[in-house]
Amino acid sequence: MSEAPREPFSGAGPVLDIRGLRIALPKGGDRPEAVSDVSFSVAAGEIVCLVGESGSGKSVIAFSAMGLLPKNLPIVSGTIGLQGENLVGATEFRLRELRCTRMGMIFQEPMTALNPVMRCGEQIDEVLREHTRLSADERRAKIVAMIAQVHLPDPARMVDSFPHQLSGGQRQRIMIAMALILGPSLLIADEPTTALDVTTQAQILKLIRELQRDRGTGVLFITHDFGVVAEIADRVAVLQNGELVEMGPTAQILRAPKHPYTRMLIASVPSHTPPARPPAAGAGDAIVLRTEALAKTYSTSGMFGGARKIDAARDISIEIRKGETLGIVGESGSGKSTVARCIARLIDPSGGRILLSGTDIARMSAGRLRELRHKVQIVFQDPYRSLNPRRTVGDSIIEGPMNYGLARHDALERSRKLMELVRLDPAALDRYPHQFSGGQRQRICIARALAMEPELLIADEAVSALDVSVQAQVLNLLEEIRHSLHLAVLFITHDLRVAAQVCDQVAVMSKGRVVEYGPAERIFRSPQHEYTRALFDAAPGRGFEFGAG
Amino acid sequence: MSAVPSMIVEAPAVTAGKPGVWLRLAHNPSVLIGALLVTLIALTGIAAPLLSSIDPGAINPSNRNKTSGYETSVRDDEGRKITRKALMGTDSLGRDIYTRVVYGARVSLIVGITVAVFSVVIGLVIGLFAGYLRWLDGIVMRIMDGLMAIPAILLAIALVSLSGASMMTVIVAVAIPEIPRVVRLVRAIVLSIREEPYVEAAISVGTPTIKVLWRHVLPNTIAPLIVQATFICGSAILLEAILSFLGVGIPPETPTWGNIMAEGRSLFQVYPHNILYPGTFLTLTVLAINMLGDGLRDTLDPRMSKRL
Repeated sequence: MSEAPREPFSGAGPVLDIRGLRIALPKGGDRPEAVSDVSFSVAAGEIVCLVGESGSGKSVIAFSAMGLLPKNLPIVSGTIGLQGENLVGATEFRLRELRCTRMGMIFQEPMTALNPVMRCGEQIDEVLREHTRLSADERRAKIVAMIAQVHLPDPARMVDSFPHQLSGGQRQRIMIAMALILGPSLLIADEPTTALDVTTQAQILKLIRELQRDRGTGVLFITHDFGVVAEIADRVAVLQNGELVEMGPTAQILRAPKHPYTRMLIASVPSHTPPARPPAAGAGDAIVLRTEALAKTYSTSGMFGGARKIDAARDISIEIRKGETLGIVGESGSGKSTVARCIARLIDPSGGRILLSGTDIARMSAGRLRELRHKVQIVFQDPYRSLNPRRTVGDSIIEGPMNYGLARHDALERSRKLMELVRLDPAALDRYPHQFSGGQRQRICIARALAMEPELLIADEAVSALDVSVQAQVLNLLEEIRHSLHLAVLFITHDLRVAAQVCDQVAVMSKGRVVEYGPAERIFRSPQHEYTRALFDAAPGRGFEFGAG
Repeated sequence: MSAVPSMIVEAPAVTAGKPGVWLRLAHNPSVLIGALLVTLIALTGIAAPLLSSIDPGAINPSNRNKTSGYETSVRDDEGRKITRKALMGTDSLGRDIYTRVVYGARVSLIVGITVAVFSVVIGLVIGLFAGYLRWLDGIVMRIMDGLMAIPAILLAIALVSLSGASMMTVIVAVAIPEIPRVVRLVRAIVLSIREEPYVEAAISVGTPTIKVLWRHVLPNTIAPLIVQATFICGSAILLEAILSFLGVGIPPETPTWGNIMAEGRSLFQVYPHNILYPGTFLTLTVLAINMLGDGLRDTLDPRMSKRL
């Protein structure tokens, strides 16, 4: 095994220099090229953010630099210079030598990027065995030192633990340790914090900054989140449909974007401060939903005793009036979705009461519940899975009303009106879901929920899977509908910016409990509970005021 | 709100997406070869009376154990003398093996297809409910585990001794041990589909359970079940032949490939053609059906190659 040269790069040129890169898309794609004529560079010790919406080609660029492109995405022309060496057309052998020694990569999904049946230490050791001639003891010492550098507790024990014993943030730290152990001069980070909670994200961003500063590594950071950009980037490159539309220093791009697309993107990022909004509901308005000490406990019982009880939600008492939006905010595992699913009675609560316009539905039998189901409707997170792919959009929308005895003709009439309400062409009712984009599908899901003429609309992370510009449109639509139909909305989200924009009341959940509950404006101005404060502090790009509101 | 839609978002025109499922099937060589062979064998079975004018049960003591290509002259109804060629020879009772093999295709295919349909339909219904209704799951699956423990051959022997040998007995005996496999497959699919948001959405718009199963869950099981059915069909044909060969299957006078081989077993070393021809047909049929199933699986449901 030859040892690749690892002396620090001394040349004045950039670490990564991409010139005129063109990458073709397979036939039948929505455009001929995944990446068209993109040129930019990353200097040593610099963090460059590639920003763009899904499908903009940002990950393709990252993979092309690592030489990991699938065969159906060939590089047509252009050069990718890594410290002056052109990687386009480099042999697989040379690329393998360069990976980890001169360029490292961290991926989005820390849950799947590590091999579950190998100890963390062994996985890092693999890199050292391939690229160095160190002895086993030296390698172990190096690994322990690296793990200490990524601030994992008890490094000696971490080396021998399996990935499933670690949390998502800890795994991402292991990934970073693996990518940086040979001191590469370029680190490519492909949405490394997207799958993480906001507090973990803040820690990982801090870690990347710290390591990059200490080692003078050039970082190509791929993200769709402008908050993260504001937090970490030195320079920003904005991609639209495979083209680089604007590039410049972070402050300039965020404060004074020139290209209309960049301007639109930045205007779509919701602001962190709630806008001044008239009280949505007066005291006279009817209470649509009230929960009293709602609880959900999952118990797992082993075959030989040893039952475990997990409180997914405890002592949840919330209240929503007509025309009001209550936001439930929390990190993953906080129990916010459990609450939503209990209220929609998709799961059975284990205690407490759910009063829907005064009727307790918490323990209602399935038969009686069916008569009341139309009052609570839910819009789910994943627009690609919430519509049956084998049924036309029209069939999906009219299914509910027809369950309640509406004739097909009348139901179709209603769905046509709803399609207009959600700003879709009513003629598209006989199309199938795969013919629509994510944002359009989410509109269809809203139409399906509204077709039931509900009293309470639950949006369970309904905009989380959408691009920021589409998210802004769907949020506007939801606001309009709530206003015009005087709906009560339960809005579940992990995104504080989104919550700040749409909620009248906010309940902050942590570990199955509501830790703080009150008017959105008050909570965002002066959070009382320490968890709420920690959560708000961790939100990326806090110092930056995005959007006009 | 201003009810006038200010900007109607046009849905994209119908795009030329993935090539249709038929086109993909037509481009898969193992589907093509498998389907072609199965069709040929099915046609052989259907057209058996046209392919041979001889009665498959007709015994001819003077022409016993003749090798393939043996020519004999018989008189037809009007008394004219015609020459007949025994393409695959005759067995120890002088019956024409070619005729019996051709007629045997009927039995094999009937048994294979009936068993496949029977076990898939029953397994589908049980699997749907076991997967969807959690309280039913434990009970049903333990019964299925019990059923899987019964060997098909032992069950067939028991059934034959109870109700006598017939095609129906064979079908039941072969189908029952297949049902649990189908149930497991369907249940696994239902368990993952019932978590899909679109199923939950259907529940929250008040769709009754039966309709949820029919509309939203059932269609997802069709492709894997078609694949599973071909494999069941192949193994049922094989099992029928085994049972007939052992003498616990279809009555010996009925021409089935297993019966022909059982008949030729005692003289195998002297007259191998008795076993060679029906054996070749059996092998080809099962091979063709399995190729078809493999090809269908690769095109319809690539994930299933891991699941099975």
